[in-house]
Amino acid sequence: MPANRGASAHRPTPGAGDNRAWTLVFIAWLIAASSTLGALFFGEVMKLPPCSLCWYQRIFMFPLALVLPFGLLPFDRKVVRSVLPLAGVGLALAAFHVLLVEGIIPERVAPCRQGVPCSETVAEWFGFVTIPLLSLMAFATIAVLLTVASFRSSK
Amino acid sequence: MNQKSLIIGAMAALFVAFAGGAVWYKNAQQGAASNLPAETLAALDRAHAPSVGQADAPVTIVEFLDPACETCAQFYPLVKNIMGANPGRIRLVLRWAPFHTGSPDVVALLEAARKQDMFWPVLERLLATQPSWAINHTADFTLALMQIQDLELDRDQLLVDMRDPEVIARIRQDVADAQTLNVQATPEYFVNGKPMPSFGYEQLLQLVTEALEETSR
Repeated sequence: MPANRGASAHRPTPGAGDNRAWTLVFIAWLIAASSTLGALFFGEVMKLPPCSLCWYQRIFMFPLALVLPFGLLPFDRKVVRSVLPLAGVGLALAAFHVLLVEGIIPERVAPCRQGVPCSETVAEWFGFVTIPLLSLMAFATIAVLLTVASFRSSK
Repeated sequence: MNQKSLIIGAMAALFVAFAGGAVWYKNAQQGAASNLPAETLAALDRAHAPSVGQADAPVTIVEFLDPACETCAQFYPLVKNIMGANPGRIRLVLRWAPFHTGSPDVVALLEAARKQDMFWPVLERLLATQPSWAINHTADFTLALMQIQDLELDRDQLLVDMRDPEVIARIRQDVADAQTLNVQATPEYFVNGKPMPSFGYEQLLQLVTEALEETSR
């Protein structure tokens, strides 16, 4: 571990809590990066047109993939505080989208005016896994991991 | 150090997975597209579709077109040029893929003009004047109608024929066939049943040239 090497010697030595927090943030970043590339795969390779809600979720997912590595090297637990709002808003959007696809919220309430209707299901796996559901799971996991990490490292 | 290599390794792995997946997907798509099964090919050439050129021409270009699509308007004269350079050897079949907002009404207008034997003049006029009636990717039917005012057409009959069940059925069939053939953007060309490997004028020209060479042997 880099705890007592040259440049970082005068910094407070990271404790076991920080190491565990690092791992949690790292996993959160892995999920964010995979989701980002996955969204790009759906959009740019498979040419599935993103609906407007999908675009909003992308807006909150892509920065996570870019920003989190800066909080990992070197570990800076403040990154959690900076990016949690992104994960939170993304989570809310994804939850809204899933409810829309399930028909629990009627389409007319949705901010979709033209192009692809957000309630349309363009891809489905195993009969229930849709792209909005993947997004919801990703945002939820990231939010939980970051929250736990922030508690761990503050100990 | 460990953490750094972990992150860099993960970045590399994700990148390789993405690039590899993209290449694999493109290849799988192309393989599937160049060997369209017979029942899919049946969706390509319907008797009801408007066509130009000799019926027994060796090369048939099936074009999925949206009258409000800019690229379709751009490509239309290019296809005409290719046909003009090979007189009697190419037949062009037009199918509808009205993806733009408002396009279905303009397509219905074109099909109605067909009943008055004015299909090609109306189509060419609408494509040439497209910027005046298709603004911001939205087709405006009233503006489109204004572009063809001076053509010899029975306007009232046009509006009646637009609602003709046969016209509506044709358009519906085209939209369904576009879906069967996985047409997601316009214009899409199939030359003797083969789609372009990727979109572009060069690709289209090459596909037509190959088909002409194959059939002249």
